[in-house]
Amino acid sequence: MWVNNFLILGAVLFAIGVYGVIARKNAVLVLMSIELILNSVNINLLAFSQMHNNVDGNTFALYIIAVAAAEVGVGLAMVMLIYRNRKTIALDDLSEMKG
Amino acid sequence: MDVLRDQNWLLSLGTFLPLAGVLIIMFLPKRDEALTKQVAVITAGATLAVGIYTLMQFNYDETSKLQFFTSHDWIKPIRATYSIGLDGISLPMYILSMLITFLCVVYSMDHVPNPGNPKAFFSLILILQVGMAGTFIAQDLILFFVFFEIVLLPMYFLIGVWGGENRQYASLKFFLYTMFGSALMLVAFIALFIVTKGNSAEGGSFAFAWFMEHGPQVGKTAALWIFAGMFVGFAVKVPMFPFHTWLPDAHTQAPTVGSVILAAILLKLGTYGFIRIAIPFLPQAAIKWAPAIGVLAAIGIIYGALGCLAQRDTKRLIAFSSVAHMGFVMLGISSLTPLGVNAAIFGMVAHGLITGMLFFVAGSIKERYHTLEISRLSGILKQMPHLGWIAGFCAMASLGLPGLAGFWGEFPAILSAWSPAQVLRDNGHWSLFKVITVVAALGTVFAAAYLLWLFQRICMGEPNPEFLDAAHRSNHAPAHSLSAAANDDHHDEVRIYDVNGYEWASWAPLLILIVVLGVYPQLLFKIFDAPVTQLFGIFGK
Amino acid sequence: MLGFPLIRYAEEPAAAAHAAGWFLDHAWLIALIPAIGFAIILFFGKKLPFKGAEVGIASMVASLVLSAGAVYQWIDLGHDAHPVIKTWTWWQSGGMQFTLGQHIDGLALMALILVSFISTLVQIYSVEYVRDDRRFTHFFASLTLFSAGMLTMVLAENMVQLILGWEIMGLCSFMLIGHWWEEKANSNAALKAFWTVRVGDMGLLVGTAVLFGMFHTFSIDKINNTVAEGGGFSKSMLMTAAIALFIACIGKSGQFPLHTWLPDAMAGPTPVSSLLHSSTMVVAGVFLVARIYPVFHTGLDINVAGQQFNLIAVIGGITVLIAAVLAFVQNDIKKVLAYSTVSQLGYMMMGLGVGAWTAAVFHIFTHAFFKCCLFLCAGSVSHTGSHHSFDMKADMGGLRKKMPVTFITWMLSTAALCGVPFFSGFFSKDEIIDSAHANHYTVFWVVGLIGAFLTTAYMTRATYLTFFGQARGAAAHFVHGDDHADADHHGAADSHATDDAHGAHDVKHSRPLPFAPHDSGWLITVPLIILAALAVVSGYLNAPAFHIEKFHHWVTPHLINEMVPEAPVFKWVNALPSIALVALGFIVSLAISKAVFGSEPSPLKGLTKRNSLLGAGHRFVANKYYLDDLYEKVIVRSIAHPIAQGAYWINQRVIDATVNSVGIGGRKSAGWVYRNVDQRMVDGVVNGSGIAASEAGESLRASQSGKVNQYGALLFGAAAVGALVLVIVNS
Repeated sequence: MWVNNFLILGAVLFAIGVYGVIARKNAVLVLMSIELILNSVNINLLAFSQMHNNVDGNTFALYIIAVAAAEVGVGLAMVMLIYRNRKTIALDDLSEMKG
Repeated sequence: MDVLRDQNWLLSLGTFLPLAGVLIIMFLPKRDEALTKQVAVITAGATLAVGIYTLMQFNYDETSKLQFFTSHDWIKPIRATYSIGLDGISLPMYILSMLITFLCVVYSMDHVPNPGNPKAFFSLILILQVGMAGTFIAQDLILFFVFFEIVLLPMYFLIGVWGGENRQYASLKFFLYTMFGSALMLVAFIALFIVTKGNSAEGGSFAFAWFMEHGPQVGKTAALWIFAGMFVGFAVKVPMFPFHTWLPDAHTQAPTVGSVILAAILLKLGTYGFIRIAIPFLPQAAIKWAPAIGVLAAIGIIYGALGCLAQRDTKRLIAFSSVAHMGFVMLGISSLTPLGVNAAIFGMVAHGLITGMLFFVAGSIKERYHTLEISRLSGILKQMPHLGWIAGFCAMASLGLPGLAGFWGEFPAILSAWSPAQVLRDNGHWSLFKVITVVAALGTVFAAAYLLWLFQRICMGEPNPEFLDAAHRSNHAPAHSLSAAANDDHHDEVRIYDVNGYEWASWAPLLILIVVLGVYPQLLFKIFDAPVTQLFGIFGK
Repeated sequence: MLGFPLIRYAEEPAAAAHAAGWFLDHAWLIALIPAIGFAIILFFGKKLPFKGAEVGIASMVASLVLSAGAVYQWIDLGHDAHPVIKTWTWWQSGGMQFTLGQHIDGLALMALILVSFISTLVQIYSVEYVRDDRRFTHFFASLTLFSAGMLTMVLAENMVQLILGWEIMGLCSFMLIGHWWEEKANSNAALKAFWTVRVGDMGLLVGTAVLFGMFHTFSIDKINNTVAEGGGFSKSMLMTAAIALFIACIGKSGQFPLHTWLPDAMAGPTPVSSLLHSSTMVVAGVFLVARIYPVFHTGLDINVAGQQFNLIAVIGGITVLIAAVLAFVQNDIKKVLAYSTVSQLGYMMMGLGVGAWTAAVFHIFTHAFFKCCLFLCAGSVSHTGSHHSFDMKADMGGLRKKMPVTFITWMLSTAALCGVPFFSGFFSKDEIIDSAHANHYTVFWVVGLIGAFLTTAYMTRATYLTFFGQARGAAAHFVHGDDHADADHHGAADSHATDDAHGAHDVKHSRPLPFAPHDSGWLITVPLIILAALAVVSGYLNAPAFHIEKFHHWVTPHLINEMVPEAPVFKWVNALPSIALVALGFIVSLAISKAVFGSEPSPLKGLTKRNSLLGAGHRFVANKYYLDDLYEKVIVRSIAHPIAQGAYWINQRVIDATVNSVGIGGRKSAGWVYRNVDQRMVDGVVNGSGIAASEAGESLRASQSGKVNQYGALLFGAAAVGALVLVIVNS
């Protein structure tokens, strides 16, 4: 029954993360929310690996951490460039890919 | 089909020689227009010379055999071969394409249309020639398809860049419409390959010889659908009613030589496809489809004529007349008799010569008056007597006057329509064909009507006062600036001058051929009668 | 005996070669030489001293000489004469070889020598007539090409060659009628001629196709022989072929209802009218019927007992009558002659329709001479008499003293045309009428007789207007003898020509003209004299009255002889009705013409402008002197004139209007079809598919807002839905 607690924690973090992605204007905050989502998934994985008594989930979680780091590195670099060019990182103003 | 394997490099040379010219032109500086034109003329002339050499080397006693044949493996995984050969059916169109290209290049030496750039212009014409010649000598379906499609792109650019006011729409429509047809045609080709491959040990092939042998054994339903796919592809090209609507726009908006090549050769790719591929490969399906083709041909004859009567633009009128003439060609084919198909092939050559001439004349009129509106043109016979008489001559040739080439495309077609192949009569279609015959005869009356009415309006009578003071200012076309002032009618001043040297040089061969072939048609008939009789004799007399 | 003719001739080449002479074997040159002449005139004519006329005349003379030689050799062959057939390969198809060649027999030779003779005379006449014309060389080129075409058609060995000649003639007719194409009326007339004949030519194409389908040959000889033998082919198919081919003849020979182009064709120069549209080209249809007569004879049941009518006779008969009536109300002298030609062509057709082959062909022969002469006379009158006008009422009159040669030749030809005994027309036209009676075609016998009456009547009227009575308009120039010696020639006939009368008619020509009416130069008058002489004399080639049947022996093929009934034995009593009617027509018409057009005051003048009832009432209280003729005039006139006018009205407003409205309707419906069906429907579908594609794309665009947040929302929403589905599916 204790695994439920971790799952609920993961779900709550996930929901907060999704809310951040959908509702936040600031690009950096969106990236942070994405990190939150990824970490919520990590918590889920750890909980399950503990439940099944093997390290598969842990391995997967480590993998995700590495990829998340890479991804946020690239993401922040892009945000930096956008800021330099457009002097803003409010997503509402950045809709050139429309249509 | 039996083959004669000698001088089997000759056809490849004749087909790909223009590419050599294109290569040279690519490295010439853009500004040196004179040199570009010379290279283009020399290349086209050399190609024609190779063609004439081919004519001389051709064995006229063995016209039903494939001559200058060669075959190599090309794309092994799909079993496509590089097979080419020339027999009596292909020969006339093969030579005609070289002749027309050469004459167009000569004509264009004086007349490169707005916005100039002869380098690109002549390169495109030469590439077009490769495609045209290749289609007529191809003996492999994939090779045929490749050449069939090669002609699309240069024509698209010719119309789209050097064309009239509405050229973007016209060129796009031409490209997409024809490509749509070709797509279905390709599906049909592939289907035919798969169906005939079946369980054969050799694994099938795309070569014509393979299909001639195995095609007739394809099951009835499959054959009908495959024929349908080919039908759409070729019918769009011919063009048959109701797939013809791209033609008037393409012709009207194209530059003069574009129209000439389109009318003279490109339309014949479709009818050639019927004669060479669709019907011989799938005879049973052809029998089922023949009445429908005949009906559509008859409709095309009348519909094209009615369309002509409604036109206010000269070029558009000539375009609709092409629909009517190709109706006669398809009528001959639909009869499935040697008489009819002979008429069709003769009609293909004759139409190429005559309508090519008509478009040349229209182009020259446009060059001088900067308009082709029938209501504004009048009295050409008075201002430019030679041009007027040539126009009258072409009008008479186009309406099928005996003694000129057009008659031999129409009259035997009507004969064959009344007496279609025995299998068609056995299937109860004779009454339909009799009605079609009368309708086609009515078409000849309409042809006289629209052509002579056009001739009366633009050539006879007194000249339009609008152009009266523009007579005889110079003997040559004014030099064109590279600025794309498009085809503004009132841009350049109107200069009226009679037929000049370049025009005589490019028109004389056509005019002479129209008379010679009209007076002594045996010159052409003896070339393709034997292979046609062999191919179409299976349908019964 | 009538097996396969070609094999037969191949088997007896030796015999035939001796018998057939050089001229017969090389008769094809007769058509070739003018063709070469045409090419020479076309390319070099303008540089020659006589501007091409010399080449034209030379080639026609050459053809004439060759034809004469061939005729002589043919007559020499006597009773064993067989057609001389020579062929060369022209085209092949389906393994069959088709040929070009000559089929020389009596009929062909008659036509060959007739065409070359008349062409020569007309070309000589034209040297004077179209002198100083703007396109003199082109004129001669077209005339020569026309002759080449007709000669080709006449000696054609097969139907395709016949079609070639037929259409070349049509082309030349178009070029010549529209010779002065600067004026719209002329080019319209040329187009109308070409189109009307083209409509008929549909029948030529279909008919040839049917014959080919039946007999697998185009050879005229083979077709004739096979049909004559009978059996082995479908009768209804043969009838279809006959009807189709006859439709072509209706168009070319101006039969009802395709006759409307002939009168309009008078817009061309007079030599054209005299050559093409009277003596030679328009008889091509009659020639075609005569040439493949077995097809028509068998296919349309001619001379079949109990059948009172057949298509050819009916059409011919109708044409005879309606054209003759129309000739009454024409003011243009050429139009009178044009309708007269149509009427005479009707006679020829009718003759063929009743089985009188020899008579009909003989009528072609004689008609050519006198009709050509009449047209050339009309041209002569216009050239030097009425100052290029053809209007009889406005610009002619009293010319017989001033143009004696023209007048005499006109009178001789008119007598021939009317069928006055001992002139050529009597022997040809009356033979047709006689045969109709003898072959039990009573209706057409009556038609022929009425036609004879009408012919005489309208010709009398035209003659009176042109040559008698008072000079009017252009013909009245120089009556006062200002300084011209011609004034002395105006004798008693012009005593009424007072100043007032002259002034009253002089409205159009208020200035004096450069010359007074006089006879034309010898280039014009000599052909007239030759033709008039022939109009008198040519009839004696086949005069049953005097037991001469040379024409019949020389021209009629054995095949035809065996098919048609024998010519009736000539009895003067049989000819009496037509002679009487001719006399009656002359008398009646002369009287009316004198009264209406003469210079003496007459209550009949201008009666058409007033109510005829009033006029009749007026006459009843008029002078007794007029009572007898008045009676005749009331009845004859009130019947003849309104009916004639009415007939002409129907012709112009109903028949010709239908022809015109077909043209206009065709154009309008073409426009409608083009705009609505092609541009809207068919092209609309094409454009519509493009629009549909782009609209679909447009509507899907809304989901691409460019906002990252929205993309994220969509992403997670879709993932949630997917997860839900997975859960549901797996539980």
